[in-house]
Amino acid sequence: MIDSIILKAATRLLTALLLLFSVYMLLRGHNLPGGGFIGGLIGATGFVLYAIAVGADATRAALYFPPQNVAMVGLGTALASGVYAVFFNDAFFTGQWWFIGDRESGDYIPISSVLVFDIGVYLVVFGSILTLVLALEEEV
Amino acid sequence: MSWVLASPIIIPFATAVLAFLFRAGPEGRWISVIGSAGLLIASGVLMAEVLDKGVVAAQMGEWAAPFGITLVADLLSAVMVVITGITGLAVAVYALADIDTRKEQLGYHALFQVLLAGVCGAFLTGDIFNLYVWFEVMLIASFGLLILGGRKVQLDGGIKYVTLNLISTIMFLSGVGLLYGMTGTLNMADLHGAVQTVDNPGLLVVVAIMFMIAFGVKAAVFPLFFWLPAAYHTPAISVSAIFAGLLTKVGVYALIRTFTLIFTTDIAYTHTILLWVAAFTMVTGVLGAAAMNDFRRILSFHIISQIGYMILGLALFTPLAIVGAVFYLVHHIIVKANLFLVAGVARRIAGSTELDRIGGLYTYAPFLGLLFLIPAFSLAGFPPLSGFWAKYVLVKASLDAEVYWVAAVALVVGLLTIYSMTKIWGNAFWKPHPAGATPRLSDMTGLERSALLTPIAALAILTCIIGFFPQPFVDFATRSAEQLLDPTAYVTAVLGPDAMPVVEADGLAEGEVTE
Repeated sequence: MIDSIILKAATRLLTALLLLFSVYMLLRGHNLPGGGFIGGLIGATGFVLYAIAVGADATRAALYFPPQNVAMVGLGTALASGVYAVFFNDAFFTGQWWFIGDRESGDYIPISSVLVFDIGVYLVVFGSILTLVLALEEEV
Repeated sequence: MSWVLASPIIIPFATAVLAFLFRAGPEGRWISVIGSAGLLIASGVLMAEVLDKGVVAAQMGEWAAPFGITLVADLLSAVMVVITGITGLAVAVYALADIDTRKEQLGYHALFQVLLAGVCGAFLTGDIFNLYVWFEVMLIASFGLLILGGRKVQLDGGIKYVTLNLISTIMFLSGVGLLYGMTGTLNMADLHGAVQTVDNPGLLVVVAIMFMIAFGVKAAVFPLFFWLPAAYHTPAISVSAIFAGLLTKVGVYALIRTFTLIFTTDIAYTHTILLWVAAFTMVTGVLGAAAMNDFRRILSFHIISQIGYMILGLALFTPLAIVGAVFYLVHHIIVKANLFLVAGVARRIAGSTELDRIGGLYTYAPFLGLLFLIPAFSLAGFPPLSGFWAKYVLVKASLDAEVYWVAAVALVVGLLTIYSMTKIWGNAFWKPHPAGATPRLSDMTGLERSALLTPIAALAILTCIIGFFPQPFVDFATRSAEQLLDPTAYVTAVLGPDAMPVVEADGLAEGEVTE
C-alpha cells in the first residue's frame, strides 16, 4: 500500500473505469479481440490498483467474496456452460444460442452459452489474479 | 458417446469446485471421496464402451477433426483412466485421515481433484496442443499440492520441480510449434499421416527429440530425473502417493503415445536413444535407491528405475515389448501408490520415515508388514505377484529382440531392487525401535485405521489378482499393444472412414519397410 492522496483520488475513477472496460472487453470478445481472459485481467487490474492505493483489507471488503471462491465459481460456470449442451443431445461444449427479440427483421440480440463460458473464464482469471496479488500485498 | 469420453474430465472438475466451496467443514473431504468414486464409475463405463466398440472418439463442441479438440480413448487410454480412478479413490479415502484441517482449508481436496482432471484429460485428448494444456493443469495443481503446508523443504523441492517442468513445457511448446509449422495440424491422428509426407524428415527427428526431452522430464528419465527425488518425499503422504502413482506415468504415457503414433519415421534413431535412456534410468534409479536411507526417498528413486522398464518396452518397439510396457505401467501405478501409502502408516505409528529412527513394526504391527510385503515384492518382481509378469514379459521381449545386454541390465536392476526393499524391511520392520517405542496399529482411532488401511488392502488385493490371474491382463495388454503398433483404428475413429488416403499411404509405407 502506498499512502498517496493523488493515487487514492485517481484510483476511485480508474478502478471504476477499468471494471467497466473489462466488461466491454468481455462482451466484445466473441468476434473481436477480447474475451474472458483479457477481460478478467483488466478487471483484476482495477482491484490491484485499489489494493495499492488503500490496502489489501479494504480491497477484500470491497470484493465481499473471497477471490479464491470467485475463481472456483468461475470454473464451475465455465464447466456448466459446457455441460449444458447435454440437454440438447450435443457434444460437450457445443455452443447453444438464444435470440432475444424479433429474428425475422434482424432486430435481435444473440446470447450464447459461449458467452457464459467466457464469463466463467473472466471470473477464474479475475479471482486467481486477485488471490495471488492480495496474498503478496499482505505478505510485503 | 461424447459424454462417456468427457465425463472423466467433467466429474473431477465439478468435484473440485464443490470441494473448494465447502473446504471449511468436513463436507469437502467427503465430496472428494464421492467425486473420486464417480470418476471410477465413469472410467468403468468408458472402459466398457472401448472394449465393446474399439477405439472411441468424439469432437468437443462438434467442431470436426482435425480442427476442433478431439477426445479419443483406445485401450491404453481407457485403462489409464481406470487406473487413475482406482488410485484417485484410494488416495481420496486415505486423505480422510491423512490431511489435517489446515491443509483442507487451503484447498487440498480441490487441488487434488484438479490434478485428477488434468491426468484424465492428458490420457484422453487426441490433440497435441490440448495435451500441453492438460500438462499445464497438472503442473499448476501439483505445484499447489507440493507446497501446501509451506515448510522450507517443501518450497525447496517445489521450486526445483517447477523450474524443471517449465523447461520441459517450453521444449514441448516449441516442439508443438515446429510440428505445426511442418504439418499444419495438431490433431494426433492427423499427424500420424501428415508426418509421412513432410519435406524435411531430418527436422522431424529434431522435433521428436524435443518431445522426448519434454516428456522425459515429466517421466523422470535419465538424465532429467533429479527434480523427482528432491520433491517427492516432502509433501503429505497422500500427495506423494498420487504423484508417485500417476504424475510420472503421464509422461510415460505421452512418450508411448507420441512415439507409436507420430514419431515412427526414424525408429532406428529415436528408439535407440530411448533404449540407452531406459538402461541408464533403470541403473541410476536403483543405485540412488540403494544409497538412500529414508522410506520415501528409497521409494522415490525406485519410481525412476521402474520408469526405465516402461521406456525399455517402448524402445524395443516389438509387439511383445509394448505389451510389457503397458502391463508394467498398469501394475506399477497400483504398487507404487500403495507403497507410499504404507510408508505413511509407518510414519504415523512409528514416528518417522527415516529408517534409522523407526523399527519394530513386524513385532507390533504384523498386519502392516503383510501389506508392505505384497507391493514391495511385487515391485521387486517376485513370482507370482504382478511385477514378476511385467518384468518377465519385458526380459523375454529383450531376449527375443536379441538385445541381451539390456535383458541383463533389467535382471540386475531387479536384484538391486530386492536389496533396497530388504533394507526397508530389515530396518523398519525387523529391527527393534531405536527409541524403544511400540508402534501398534491399534494406537490409531477406528476411523483412522479404516481410512488408512482399507485403500492399502484394496490395492494389495488388486496386485495379488493381477499376479495370480495374469492371463486376462496380458491379453488386454496384447490387444492394446496391437492398437498402438497399428494406429489404423485410432486414425479412422478420429478422422472417420474418409481418412482412407492416409491409411493407404501408411499401408504403403509399411509395405516398403517389410520388403
